[in-house]
Amino acid sequence: MHLDPLILSRLQFAWVIALHILLPAFTVGLASFIAVLEGIHFFTGREIYFRISVFWTKIFAISFGMGVVSGIVMPFQFGTNWSRYADATANVLSPLFAYEGLTAFFLEASFLGVLLFGRHLVPRWAHFVAALMVALGTLISTFWILSANSWMQTPAGFKILDGRFFPADWLAIIFNPSFPYRFGHNVIGFYITTGFVVIAVAAYFIRRKMFAEESRIMFSMTLWLLTLLIPLQIVLGDLHGLNTLKYQPTKLAAIEAHWTPEKRAPLILFAIPDEKNEVNHAVIEVPLLGSLILAHDLNGEVPGLKQWPADQRPPVAIPFFAFRIMVGLGVMMLGIIILSLWLRLRHRLFDTSWFLRLCQYAAPLGFLTVLAGWVTTEVGRQPWTVYGLLRTAHSVSPSLTGSDVLLSLAGYMLVYLIIFPFGIMLMARIVRNGPSEAAKKEPIEGGQPSSPVVTPPEYTHHDN
Amino acid sequence: MIIDFVPLWTLILGAAVFFYVLLDGFDLGVGILYAFAPDRAARNLIMNSIAPVWDGNETWLVLGSVGLLAAFPLAFAIIIPAIYFPILVMLLALVFRGVAFEFHFRDAAHVTFWDHAFSIGSLVATFAQGIVLGAFIQGFAVEGRAFVGSSFDCFTPFSIFTGFALIFGYGLLGAGWLILKTEGELQITSRRQGRWCFIAVLIAIAVASLWTPFMDADISQRWFSWPNIAYLTPIPIITLAIAVFEWRSLNNRSEIAPFIGAIGLFLMSYLGIAISLFPMIVPHHFTLWQAASSPDTQAFLIVGTMFLLPVILMYSAWSYWVFRGKVRADIGYH
Repeated sequence: MHLDPLILSRLQFAWVIALHILLPAFTVGLASFIAVLEGIHFFTGREIYFRISVFWTKIFAISFGMGVVSGIVMPFQFGTNWSRYADATANVLSPLFAYEGLTAFFLEASFLGVLLFGRHLVPRWAHFVAALMVALGTLISTFWILSANSWMQTPAGFKILDGRFFPADWLAIIFNPSFPYRFGHNVIGFYITTGFVVIAVAAYFIRRKMFAEESRIMFSMTLWLLTLLIPLQIVLGDLHGLNTLKYQPTKLAAIEAHWTPEKRAPLILFAIPDEKNEVNHAVIEVPLLGSLILAHDLNGEVPGLKQWPADQRPPVAIPFFAFRIMVGLGVMMLGIIILSLWLRLRHRLFDTSWFLRLCQYAAPLGFLTVLAGWVTTEVGRQPWTVYGLLRTAHSVSPSLTGSDVLLSLAGYMLVYLIIFPFGIMLMARIVRNGPSEAAKKEPIEGGQPSSPVVTPPEYTHHDN
Repeated sequence: MIIDFVPLWTLILGAAVFFYVLLDGFDLGVGILYAFAPDRAARNLIMNSIAPVWDGNETWLVLGSVGLLAAFPLAFAIIIPAIYFPILVMLLALVFRGVAFEFHFRDAAHVTFWDHAFSIGSLVATFAQGIVLGAFIQGFAVEGRAFVGSSFDCFTPFSIFTGFALIFGYGLLGAGWLILKTEGELQITSRRQGRWCFIAVLIAIAVASLWTPFMDADISQRWFSWPNIAYLTPIPIITLAIAVFEWRSLNNRSEIAPFIGAIGLFLMSYLGIAISLFPMIVPHHFTLWQAASSPDTQAFLIVGTMFLLPVILMYSAWSYWVFRGKVRADIGYH
C-alpha cells in the first residue's frame, strides 16, 4: 500500500488540533467564569462564590495543563509537516503567532501559578488580578490564533513575490474580512461550551442534594447567561454565513451541497451528495428558504459548485453533514434554554427531575458543536491552506515519507488516547467527590491537595 | 530608510532560546533527578519546587519556535522538518511530564505510573533536545529552500553524544535548583548528584570542544586561525574558571552558587556554539540575513516585542518572587 505523506499529515493535523481545540473550548469560558466568581467574592465578600471558584479552579488546573501541553505541539506542526506552508506564509502570519505568545501565553502562565498556588501568598486583590489576567490571556490568545486562521480563509493585506506572501497592510491582515465574525462566533461558542458543562455539573449536584446552595447559584446564573448567549450565537452564525457567501463561495456551496448556481434556491435539509456525478440523492428540501437564509433575499443567488473546476472544490459530504450536525446541536441547546425559561416561570427550575437529568446529559453538546463547526470551516477551505492561493498539496514538507508520518501519527494517537481519557476521568472524579467534601479535606491554595506550594519562611505559621 | 533588524532579532531570539534552555533546563533536570528521590515525601517536595513555574518555563519554547518562524522563517522551514523525530519525541515526552504535575496529585491509584511519566518524560525530552542541538551544529542536506535529506539523518554519533551530554547538563541545572530550594537530607543528595553531573558535563564540554572543530573545517578555522585564536582564548579560560567555581560551590555550604555556576557553564557553551556558527543559521547554507523575514515583518514585530518582553520579564520575575524561599511539602495541611 502506498502511504501518502500529504493525507497522513492532514490526518495528523486534524487529530492534534481536534483534541487541542476541546481544551480552549472549555478553558476560555472557565477562566472567565472563575474571574467573575473571584470578582464577586472580592467585591461582596460572599463566601459562597469563593467555594464555587475553588471547586472550578481544580478542574481548570487539569484542563489548562492539558491545553498547554497539547498546544505546544501546534506551532511545531507548521515546521515538521507543513514547512512549505511555513516558508510561504511566515512573513505575514508569523508575527500573529509570535504576538500570541508574547501577549497571551506568558500572561496566562505567570498568573496561573499565582491563581492555583498563591491564594495565601499574595494579597486578595492580587489573587483576583491573577484570575483576571488568566482570563484575559485566554481571550487574547483566541484573538491572535483566530486572526491567523481567518487570514488563511479570507487573505487580505498582502502581496505575492516569488510564490511567497509578504505583508502590505498589517491592519488589513489582522482584521481580515472573516476575522470579526469568526472571533465572535468562536468566543461565544466557547462560553456556551463551558456553560453547558457548568449546568451539567450543577444539575448533577442538585439531583444528589450535594452542595445545594452553591449548585443553585451555578445553575441559575449560567442558564441566564446561556439564555443571552445562544440567541446571540445564532445571529452571529448567520452573519458569519453571509460573510462566507461573499468571500468563500465554494465553501458555502459545499456546505449547502449546491451544484448549480440558482436564484430562489431551496434549503436542503438532508441529502446524500454524490461528488462523482455532481448531484444529490435522497433530497429533503424546503423551497425558497435557501436564498432567504443564505442571502437574506428570496431572489438571492446561491452559488453552485459547478461554477468552479473540480480541482478547486472542497469535499462536499463532510462540510455538508458537519454543518448540519452543528446546527442540529445548536437547536437542541436552544430547546434546553427555552425549557429552562418555562420552568423558571413555573418556579420548578431546581426540582424538575427530568430537566436536571437532561442538563446533565447535555454536558458534551458544546464540545461536539465546536468540533462540527471547526470541521465545517476547515474542510470547507480545502483544497487550499490559504484560500484560493496556496494549495494544501503544495504546503506539506517535501522531505517526509509516508512511513515517517504514519509513525508520528501513531505516536500522537497513542499518547493522546492515554492522556485525554485520564484527564477526563480525573475531572469527573473531582466532580464526584463534590466541592464541599473536597474543601474540608483540602483547605488550601486554589484547591491543590498536598499542594505544590513554595512558602517563604515568614508565611509558615501565618494561616494557622 | 531601511533599518537592519537582523542583529537585534538575532540577539532577541538568542536570548529567548537561552532563557528556555536555562528555565526549562532546570525544570527538566529536576524531573530527571526526581527518579532518584528516596521516598514519596522527597518526590512531592521535588515536584512542588517547580509546579508553579514549569508552565511559564515551557512557554519560552513556544516563543523560541514562533520567534524562529517570525525572524528567520527559512531556517524554520528547513530545520524543523529535518529534526522531525526528535521534535516528535520531545513533544510527546513534554505532554507526559506536563500532565504528570496535575495527574500525580489527583490520581493516587496510578501515582507510580505518573512518577515514571514525569521522570522518563523529562529524560526523553532532554535527550531529544540534545539530539536537536547536535544535528543543528552538524547541518542539514538542503536544496533550494527546503530540507531534502531523510528524517533519520539527524541521528548521528555526534548528535547522540550531545543528547547524553544535555541530560547531564540539565541534571546539573536541576541539582543547582534543588540545592537552592531544599534543605537537609534532600539538599545533601542534590549536592552529590550535582557533583556527578558536573564531572560528566566537564567531560562533555571538553569532548565537544575537540570533536566539533575536528568534524567541521569551518569551525576549526574560526577558532584556530590567527588572530581569532588570540581573541577567543579567554573563552576556554573563563569556562575553566567557572568550572572551578562550580566544583567548589558544590562542595561548600553555598546554596545559590551551584545554580549560578551551572548557568555560567551553559552560557559559555552557548557562546562557544554561537562563535562556531555565526553568521550561519542553517550551517553551511544560509546566513542569518539570507534566512531573515522581510523588513516589514521584522519591524512590525519588533515594536511590540520591545515593549512586551520587558513586561513579560517583570511579571515572570514577580511570579518567581511570590514562590521564593525553601519549598515545603506540608503547607497543604493546616
